Amino acid sequence: MPDPIDPDVGVRVPVIGVVAVGGGLGALARYGLAVLLPGGFPWATFAVNVLGCLLIGVLMVLVTEVRTPHRLVRPFLGTGVLGGFTTFSTYAAEVDALFRTGAAALAFGYLAGTLVAALLAVVAGIRVTRAVTGVRL
Amino acid sequence: MTALLVVLGAAVGAPLRYLVDRAVQARHRGLVPWGTFAVNVVGSLVLGALAGAGSVLPGPVCALVGTGFCGALTTYSTFGYETVRLVERGARRHAVGYVVLSVVAGLGAAALGFAAARALVG
Repeated sequence: MPDPIDPDVGVRVPVIGVVAVGGGLGALARYGLAVLLPGGFPWATFAVNVLGCLLIGVLMVLVTEVRTPHRLVRPFLGTGVLGGFTTFSTYAAEVDALFRTGAAALAFGYLAGTLVAALLAVVAGIRVTRAVTGVRL
Repeated sequence: MTALLVVLGAAVGAPLRYLVDRAVQARHRGLVPWGTFAVNVVGSLVLGALAGAGSVLPGPVCALVGTGFCGALTTYSTFGYETVRLVERGARRHAVGYVVLSVVAGLGAAALGFAAARALVG
């Protein structure tokens, strides 16, 4: 039986390793912020998700439009650190919890507020980085 | 100790997200990022179940599986970036569909997980 052809076979192991380390670091930062910002309204998750979205916008312009970095930079910082830092599951569970406790207005505000702020943060990260680095598309 | 469990859970969740995304992208060439969608919905289901189980679960399990694993398996940054990229590429309807579907399915999964765990725990 012929071996399956996968040009990434040799690449994957270090990539998985840096994603794991980056994910651990990102999650640690998220946990730290949650300890610092306890309380009823999930400000910690909100802050983490909006900040992570701002930073992914910055990162992706830098690694795809400004220069070609080492091949492990994007998996480490993007998939690992920022992916581990931000969280969709906590967001969903918190919205669900707010709805369940009868705080429907708050739940909807958190749901929509995160979404709008996060998407605007990605756009801001992209645009500011393009402006600062002088990238023309 | 709790911080260490969070890191350990995330060190499994984040690479699993990467592998799922790779596997899904290898099979689907369309515009919609189904890999991120899948991990976000599954992670929301599991985290909802942990919340539904409540105090039955020991704190270390919540740190390891909830904050660590589910937190890192799911992602808001990639979700947000993919959405903005869809808009930049002119696929506005795909972008809106991706956002609505992710939020509805993620929220539904969290609620379903919560209810199922609550029913099991009693």
